[in-house]
Amino acid sequence: MENWIRVLLLTAVLGMTGCAWMPWRDKPATGTAPTGTAPAGSESTARRADQTPVGSEDNQVVIDPQVERRDVRPARIDTENWEAGAYIGSLSVEDFEVNVVYGARLAYHINEDFFAEGIVGFSNAGLSSFERLSGSAPLLSDSEREFTYYSLGFGWNALPGEVFLGGRRALNSAIYLTLGAGSTRFAGGDRFTLTAGAGARVLVKDWLAAHLDIRDHVMEIDVLGKNKTAHNFEATLSLTAYF
Amino acid sequence: MRLFIACALLMCAGAAIAADRDALTVIVVDPYLELHTGPGRGFPIVQVVPRGETVQVLKRRTDWFQIRDAAGHEGWVHRSQIAETLVPAGAKLEIDDPAREDFTAHRREVGLMLGDFGGANVVTVYGAYAFNAHLSGELALSHLLGSFSDGQIVAIGATHVFVPEWRIQPFASMGTGLIHVEPKSTVAQSPPRTDQLAYVGVGVRSYLARRFILRAEYKNYVVFTDRDENEEAYEWKIGFAFFF
Repeated sequence: MENWIRVLLLTAVLGMTGCAWMPWRDKPATGTAPTGTAPAGSESTARRADQTPVGSEDNQVVIDPQVERRDVRPARIDTENWEAGAYIGSLSVEDFEVNVVYGARLAYHINEDFFAEGIVGFSNAGLSSFERLSGSAPLLSDSEREFTYYSLGFGWNALPGEVFLGGRRALNSAIYLTLGAGSTRFAGGDRFTLTAGAGARVLVKDWLAAHLDIRDHVMEIDVLGKNKTAHNFEATLSLTAYF
Repeated sequence: MRLFIACALLMCAGAAIAADRDALTVIVVDPYLELHTGPGRGFPIVQVVPRGETVQVLKRRTDWFQIRDAAGHEGWVHRSQIAETLVPAGAKLEIDDPAREDFTAHRREVGLMLGDFGGANVVTVYGAYAFNAHLSGELALSHLLGSFSDGQIVAIGATHVFVPEWRIQPFASMGTGLIHVEPKSTVAQSPPRTDQLAYVGVGVRSYLARRFILRAEYKNYVVFTDRDENEEAYEWKIGFAFFF
């Protein structure tokens, strides 16, 4: 068995070094570099040629040669594609009551439609009705009752728009759908969890957003004797900042 | 953890406040710059700035730029129009935008993948650093979530891309790491164990748009146990990554 693995690993190493040394591999690389820069160069020259007549016709110069010299910096534009914040709300752990949940959220906006999102949340499950009614020993210890989860996934800004506050203020908003996967630590084990949700986001300031989110954490659980799919619904309010 | 979240929030707020520093000034070259009320194609256009006027570029969010004109009107302009403006020195405004060429030459890559590891669900986060267009080093953290046991894998490896110029790039990988497996408490008690492992794999990654990559891979793991026989496991995963 181990010999077989050695042979496989050695073949892979040889294969990789072999490919890296192949002389024909470099040709396309050097070939693409000039073609990549050439259109950019020719485009800017074309644009310059195109701008001069515009300036002379209107007698209005786009490029003023007398312009006062100032510090020329490369275009450093502040990009705000990241969004981070915290949330608080209530989480219904199936069979184990509704409890306070709090957590953190980090998102990266890919374009105006989609974003990647990661969340991590903490809660404490209560007593199941079985434990409450039977009066028997608790099913879970206090540490097993801690409910922590993380989820990584995508979101889609399905309904972007504006909300109006009275007659004078309009705030940008969006209703979005999210789908993620991750893990939940509860009842003495990590459980694979799929998270589906919908949320509404209102931009209170250009950099500050308030969210209302509804999520369902779906996982397999066998605490009450039988394996079953548990739906843990959650409603949260969050504040996030763009940076 | 609470403290960590509070600190993270404060940092974000700090970054947002610091953002309002002196803005870049550009000259409009298009007949008009159209100012939308928000960073999206559906938001209404409420102002236009004619050719020759100067505007300040305040910030950018995805493909939209928030600008302020001389009269103080603020609005969001699409990248296609901002790309046509000039900086005061007369040169065209250069926007740092990743494109297809950068995919071939990128250095760093961070990604998330989901899949199946020997019957258990697996969630992987990885980071890669490219030494050249072909070869990159990778560090991956995986969370295994099975019906009978949970586990973690930490692995380092090398990935070799055969043809970096292609949009869809096949690659081969190999590496080594540690696996920690903890049987579930509801199943018969057996102690948690940590073993070394090694893997070989093949996969494919494809340029999606902007900084994004779609990636799928298949790996063959060998776990070096201290028992008589080593264990083998197969894994497939699919996910996305972004490069920078």
